[in-house]
Parts: sequence; structure tokens; C-alpha cells
Amino acid sequence: MRITEHPILQYQKGPKVSFTFDGQELEGYEGETIAAALHAAGVRILSHSHVAKRPRGFFCAIGTCSSCLMTVDGIPNVRVCVEKLRAGMRVETQKGKGVLR
Amino acid sequence: MIETQIAIIGGGPAGLQAATAAGQTGAQVLLIDNFDRLGGQLVKQTHMFFGSQQQFAGTRGIDIATKLAKQVAALENVQVMLEATALGIYEDGVLLVEQHDRVHKVKAERIIVAVGASERMLAFPNNDLPGVYGAGAAQTLMNVHGVKPGHRVLMVGAGNIGLIVSYQMLQAGVEVVGIVEAAPTIGGYLVHAAKVRRAGVPIYTSHTVKEAYGEGVVEGAIIWQLDENWSPIPGTERDVAVDVICLAVGLSPLSDLLWQAGCEMAYVPELGGSVAVRDELLRTSNPEIYVAGDVAGVEEASSAMVEGRIAGLGAALSLGLGGETAFKHLQEAREQLTALRSGPVGEKILAGLRRVEREVATDA
Amino acid sequence: MLKKTGIPTQADLQEVYPRPERLAQGPVAVIECFQRIPCNPCATACQRGAIQPFEDINDRPQLDVDRCNGCALCVASCPGLAIFVVDETYSEDQALIKLPYEFLPLPQEGKIVAALNRAGEKVGEGIVVRVQNPPAFDRTAVIHLAVPRELASDVRNILVEGEPHAER
Repeated sequence: MRITEHPILQYQKGPKVSFTFDGQELEGYEGETIAAALHAAGVRILSHSHVAKRPRGFFCAIGTCSSCLMTVDGIPNVRVCVEKLRAGMRVETQKGKGVLR
Repeated sequence: MIETQIAIIGGGPAGLQAATAAGQTGAQVLLIDNFDRLGGQLVKQTHMFFGSQQQFAGTRGIDIATKLAKQVAALENVQVMLEATALGIYEDGVLLVEQHDRVHKVKAERIIVAVGASERMLAFPNNDLPGVYGAGAAQTLMNVHGVKPGHRVLMVGAGNIGLIVSYQMLQAGVEVVGIVEAAPTIGGYLVHAAKVRRAGVPIYTSHTVKEAYGEGVVEGAIIWQLDENWSPIPGTERDVAVDVICLAVGLSPLSDLLWQAGCEMAYVPELGGSVAVRDELLRTSNPEIYVAGDVAGVEEASSAMVEGRIAGLGAALSLGLGGETAFKHLQEAREQLTALRSGPVGEKILAGLRRVEREVATDA
Repeated sequence: MLKKTGIPTQADLQEVYPRPERLAQGPVAVIECFQRIPCNPCATACQRGAIQPFEDINDRPQLDVDRCNGCALCVASCPGLAIFVVDETYSEDQALIKLPYEFLPLPQEGKIVAALNRAGEKVGEGIVVRVQNPPAFDRTAVIHLAVPRELASDVRNILVEGEPHAER
């Protein structure tokens, strides 16, 4: 799903890093959003609605729609469409609404 | 407490130009943006812009972002706070800003809200399936992160965003099976329509999405035709196998901060939704708060830049800064804005503005 | 109808198309801009004053066909990619079309490519004579395509083999 060449753009990418999604090891580029890295790896279901448990995915990419809330390094409700990827991040599908600590 | 004369929330075309215009008057300016670089949505606009030379016409949006950010960087009296989210504007005029897990209090004599707009949803069964993406979001994936939103896309909406993002998908090597548009005619510029059409993308006017389908993610959509009363015509259903349905059905101003700050608001469909009542210099019913760009009414980036200059100069002048020069620049900006809106595409905006533009405040 | 399909009609084209006498004299711009929009880079790009300066930014471009030499500077500068150059005098039986192109891969000079009409349908083949892509064109390449002369008013795009969506 990565664009290899583009007529207008040259992409500035950070170093390639590993992270995990629900325990599965994936690769992405540091500094891109977690959602971009997941999408590039073919992961499209990011969360589930609270009542009907319907799958939800990427939608707004500007951190306003709440469709992409996930648990990252144990912290719930992270907007992965704006949160940047770092090496070793533990990204998990969130169960429930999350608990403030 | 961070103290400044003018705080600007949003570093897109409007906020950047507001910062430059206000900064050039000598005002102390703080520009706040929640992304890690300035430019707002310009950073993914790979196409050349319309307008005139004053609004960088003929230059690609991505390069306009760089130019505008350089102008801001050249001004020592303009401070920039990136990865910073404005949380609220309180009764005492204090603005709360979260940056890197810390909350800062900002006290500014004037605040310019230039936070932009967000994409609208469209109601149809299964519109919550992963794979139904905002067109601008898909554009961010492609043009900022270099990730294809999918393999085969159905675009919903033939306004400028739908047409431009369709074209950019083709440039990224993504197939666009068609563009559906509920209105009987194409809403975006016809030159944008012509360039996607000659690349082989059909445009289905008077069509809409009946439903999306898929197991867990989008696997396709049923589209159907609408009659002259916008009612679907049974029997016209067509099944299109796609993995992405992109919604380009308009933007809504991100007016939350203005509501929260207690500005007088009005719902104006021509401007995209709820916008602040303001005077010609974009000052709201709260004399300390100005608006500029899409949050003041969804329009083009070219007009957002000019609005930014007007708000920036207006705010500076209200503080007694800038003098004759600022006043002259203000008049020039207002003339440019009038010119940009003088054609047929500006009629809708002008109709909307007549409903929210009024004398709202006088200088203390 | 253009506003429903994105494809200009013969009537639309007639409004902007140079007269046959002018086409018989050599290369000339065809400005397929059918709507008043706030935009004027074509006029500022033209070095010969052939595209008249705009009084109102929303004006549609007015071309003085006698001043135009078909240089194609406007082709690369039009944000709507709506300007083409047509040279019906290119050879005995071919016309040359200069068209804006922003896809990869760029075609190679000398290659035969599919010639597409304004609906994106293949109507014939053309030979890529030249590919202009200097920095001044800012990534809008201008392709010089030789096509059978009877297709001169029809061909407005190309399909290059290896283009990601070329299978369509």
C-alpha cells in the first residue's frame, strides 16, 4: 500500500521501526501517524463502537472524529490518526471505553 | 502564564497569513498549531492553486505552505507553538493550550481563531464500515504519508475536493471507479472535472450511495440514480466493487472554540454551518476574538489567506499598532477579497456573509 | 453536457476553438476554460501578450490568436490543466498536440502511446515527439504528441504503458 514514486511529491520518511499491533510485529516509519503505519500494513479495523460493537476505521485524519481510538503503550483513547509512531510502540485494539489512571 | 498581544489558533493558510500580517506591524504574536509543521491542510495540496499572484496562483499548495511558513519564521516577534492544541477560551480571556502533555495558560489581548473545518458525514447504511473515509483524510494518507487509501475507490461528491482528490488518487496509482454526485450538475470547477474525466473517470451526476457493504470492511457500494426531486429511482441500482468509499460531501466549520468562548453564532448553510457573527474586519461579538479562514465560512484557501491578513491587520490596528501602512494593507486585502468573490462562485459566499456580517463591536 | 459529465460539448468547444484559417497557419493555444472562476496565471505566464490581461480575476481567458505562437508556457501554468496547443501543420497527415501531463511514468520520446479523447476513451495512437519537463514547469510536463490530423480536435490525453491505472 506504500506509494513508491509520485509525479509531484518526494516523501520525507523517518527511519524504519518495528511496533506491535495486538501482539503482531509490524513495521512502519518513525514520525508517520500510527494510523498510516497500520493502513500501510493492511490493518483497517481500528476500533469498535461501544454498544453495537461495529468495526470502525480511519475517517478524518485530523483528530476530531473519534473513530480511531486505540490503546497505545497501555494508554487508552489515543487518536492514532494524529499520534506519531515510535519504535517499539505497543498498539492494541481497545476494549471498552478505557480507564483513566 | 504566557503573555502575548495576539494569539492565533491554527497554522493553515489563514492563520499563517494572520501571523505575518500582524507580525509585520510589530505586534507580539503567538501562533499555535496542533500539527508538527505549519501549513494546515496546504501540506497535502499537490495541485496548483487558482486566484491571482497575491494568493500564489499557479503555485502548488504544498509549496505555498513552505512560503507562508518562511514568512512567519522571518519575524522575530512571532513565536510558534507546534503540536499544541487549544483547549478552551475562558471568561477572563485566558486560553488553555495543551502541548506535549502539559497545559499552558495563554493570556492574549486578541485571539484569532483560524482552526479550519472538518469533513461531513453522509447517511447511508453501513457508512461506519472501515473503508469509508473522508476525502481529505484519504488525501493525507496519500500525500503526507505516502500510503494508498486502497486499490479501488468510489468518490462521493463532485465538488472541488471530490474532483481534486480523485485526480490525486490517479496520480498515486489508485483506481477511481467513478464519482457520484447527488446534485444534477458538477459543483466543483469544470476544469477539475474535465481533467479527471479525460483520465477515464466517469462522473455520475444525480446519483448517490444507496448502501455500502462488506464483512468488517468495505467491499463495495450500491449506487443509484436520483430523479429531479432528489428521490432515488428503484431499479437503477448499480453494484460497484470497491475497497474505499471516499466522502467529499462538504466541510463544516470547526466552531467549537467559538461556541465555548460565547461568541454570537449563526447557522448559515452557504458558509458550511455554524459561524461567528462578525464585522467586516472579522471581529466577533467578543471584541477580543477574531475569525479567519474556513472556520469563518467554508471557502477557498486563496480567500482564507486574504481573510487571515484582514484579521491579523484588524487585530493589530485595534491595539493601536501598524498605523497608516497597516491601514493601507488592510484596504488592499479587502479589495482582493472582493475581487476573488466577484464571480459566480463567490455569489453563494456573499449571500451567506450578508447574514452574519454586521457591526458587532466598537473599540473601547 | 459539460456540467453533468465533465466533457465539453461541440458547442462549448466552438466558443473557444481557433478558426480553421488560424489552425492552417501553425501552432496555436486552445484554451478549454468554460467557466468564470477567480484565476489568471495563464495571462501572467504568456510572454507575448497573446492571453489578454484580465480586468476581473474571474474573466475567462481571451486569446489573441495572431500573437500566439503555440509556445505552451500557458499549458504548464494553467492550474486547471485546461490549455492545449494544436499544430495542424505539423506534417502532411499529422497534427501535433501539446498537452499537460502529471503522471508517472512519463512517456519516452519516440514511443507510441494510446491517444485518449476528452472522455478518456482511446481514439487512436500517437507518437510522443518530445517531453518537456523543465524546473520552470514545476512538475507539469508538457507532452508533444503527433496524432493523425483528423484526431487533432479530439485527443486530449494519453495512456502510457506501465502507468498504475493503465489496465483500465
